[in-house]
Amino acid sequence: MRKLLAPEGVDREAVLAGEHFMTGDDACAEGAIAAGCRFYAGYPITPSSEIAERMAKRLPQVGGVYIQMEDELASMAAIIGASCAGAKAMTATSGPGFSLMQENIGLAFMMEAPCVVVDVQRGGPSTGLPTLLGQSDMMQARFGSHGDYAVIAYAPASPQEMFDLTVKAFNMAERFRTPVLVMADELVGHMSERVVIDPDKIEIERRPRPEAKPAEGARILPFGANGRGENGVPPMPLAGEGYRVHFTGLTHDERGYPQIDPETQERMIRRKIRKIWDHRDEIVEYEEVELDDAPIVLVAYGSTARAALRALRLARERGLRVGMLRLITAWPFPGRKVEELKDRELIVPEVNAGQMAREVERWARKPVHRVNRLGGAPIAPEEILQKIEEVA
Amino acid sequence: MTVTNSNGNADSATATITRAVPRVKTLKELAAQEEREKRFQGGHSLCAGCSIPVMVRSVLNTIDIPVVVVNATGCLEVATTRYPTTAWNVPWLHVAFENAAAAASGVEVAFRVLKRKGRTAQELGFELPGEVRVVVFGGDGGTYDIGLQALSGALERGHRFTYICYDNEAYMNTGNQRSGATPPLAHTTTTPVGRESLGKLQQRKDLTEIAVAHHVPYVAQASISHWQDLVRKVEAALRADGPSFLNVLAPCQRGWGYEPCLTVEIARLAVETRFWPLYEVVEGEYRLNALPKKPKPVSEWLKTQKRFAHLLKPENRHLLDELQLQVDREWEKLLRRCEGRVLEV
Repeated sequence: MRKLLAPEGVDREAVLAGEHFMTGDDACAEGAIAAGCRFYAGYPITPSSEIAERMAKRLPQVGGVYIQMEDELASMAAIIGASCAGAKAMTATSGPGFSLMQENIGLAFMMEAPCVVVDVQRGGPSTGLPTLLGQSDMMQARFGSHGDYAVIAYAPASPQEMFDLTVKAFNMAERFRTPVLVMADELVGHMSERVVIDPDKIEIERRPRPEAKPAEGARILPFGANGRGENGVPPMPLAGEGYRVHFTGLTHDERGYPQIDPETQERMIRRKIRKIWDHRDEIVEYEEVELDDAPIVLVAYGSTARAALRALRLARERGLRVGMLRLITAWPFPGRKVEELKDRELIVPEVNAGQMAREVERWARKPVHRVNRLGGAPIAPEEILQKIEEVA
Repeated sequence: MTVTNSNGNADSATATITRAVPRVKTLKELAAQEEREKRFQGGHSLCAGCSIPVMVRSVLNTIDIPVVVVNATGCLEVATTRYPTTAWNVPWLHVAFENAAAAASGVEVAFRVLKRKGRTAQELGFELPGEVRVVVFGGDGGTYDIGLQALSGALERGHRFTYICYDNEAYMNTGNQRSGATPPLAHTTTTPVGRESLGKLQQRKDLTEIAVAHHVPYVAQASISHWQDLVRKVEAALRADGPSFLNVLAPCQRGWGYEPCLTVEIARLAVETRFWPLYEVVEGEYRLNALPKKPKPVSEWLKTQKRFAHLLKPENRHLLDELQLQVDREWEKLLRRCEGRVLEV
């Protein structure tokens, strides 16, 4: 019997190897299973329900567990619990559910509980556009929970990336002991495309584990950097393994015990943020398309990057030198790369009122050009092309 | 104590049937009310054979005084308000999935405060009606599961409102995922029947009993198939001086898997097989509202729906027997609580 605890390496029997024609939502579920996810707790919500449905079918086949919870608060809490017990755990949702998960996302950060949260974005606020595209949770991904924290968030642009980046999300979650977000969107979630799953190309990372065995008196510091410096990722003991562990949402010391004072707050929260921020060069990913000679650069992500790429081609056909920086990680934001581009004309198309555009402006230290739509339909390549022609 | 035995011999209980039934509106009167105010109109996009509009029209046409409807997210909300049209001709408030009862609390208190302060039409810009009823419609997703906390809070605080749950036993709006109301062994998209599973492996929540546990003046279980009983219960709920709760079984042809023309019949079968007993709890006192003379085995109800198809295979006979046992056990428990009090329309 396969264990609920995450398999050590690639569980070849579980991976759906081969070439497939599948939706982004299905590819996301397969990515999770390939990465060793054996626990899913969720609450159905359009346009992410297909992830839950596929996990409900697939997890029992690979020795995993699917639990449908009573709401998104419970879903997020359940994956934190499963993570503390050693499982690789995931939930998937969309806007309204993502809002309900925010408190517990902060808890996962505070407890340093690795887990993956997928948000297949739709138009908001509130119930908004349940079945239609949106990209308007990008800032909520960064700042949605209260308090100071750091996140890792991916923005897949195709079903293939729904697979690949979900695998990567699990790896980053494990490596840095932190919640990782996959900020998909309705278009990417529901579109069907070729998805290649090659078990030989899948890498699996596991969370750091305590060196001392859980014998009587074994002294471990599940929240201490343990000699790894101020940005260290602490080893994670598992509930029930034999260590004496104390996990809490209160500000705690290296042992996990509540310590409510400014010094502990400063020391502990800074380390939790720095373990991600100081490693941003290893986390940040982006794709450069014809950047070198381009005085005009599109900065795009998710499904909108597909329209931007088409606009880039149309512009090149007309002799306009346009390049694109496609964000693969939205957070940490590839700020240094944008800084390098500060002398170019920057255009940021996105299906919201202008969220990532602000971050681009912050790093470029100047206003950028925006192409926005508040949700419901993708931005057409022609709309982006029109902006390119205005700017050129 | 006069209770029936489990094989359906109802002699002792029927002896005490109370027939002092308040007069309920006739179909003609309901139709006349509908004609007059058109509170809920056709042209919406609920599925053919959907039981929800049957329930909503029965409810709204029973009420003569002004009504404010609060609607949780769900089939009813989505399909009746597709821009630029709406089926609602009453003040209608759609909130999030989880907070209909909380929003209704706000509406009820605000109205009460305006009334108490005696605000004039000049101050308000409109004439405050003498009486208003706040009615909430929520599905089983928005009531049994994500909205349960808000419902519990509102029942406990004692707001005068009527919460009506249309229970179609799964998340039908998002494509038939299991809910706390899904019966054991039913197939849904998140409890798929296959090699590893026989459908939902857990019990269903008894939400009606949860509402009763809040000691509110009126709680009832009803079915769209028994419309006179439903209409009487709506009237009783609106008369109650405090919170009232109705749990109405609402078959779903898409999710349950049956021909759309069979909706009412399947709802009736749920009552006749005692899967969905009709009863009410008035100030804590239980009354049975339908005493099937010749109760049918629960398999009669199950076999009408594709979601239970796997239970009819010979190798799953024991599961069917187990379900029947459960239904019998629940029925006997209910009879004990009713202590022979039966009130049928």
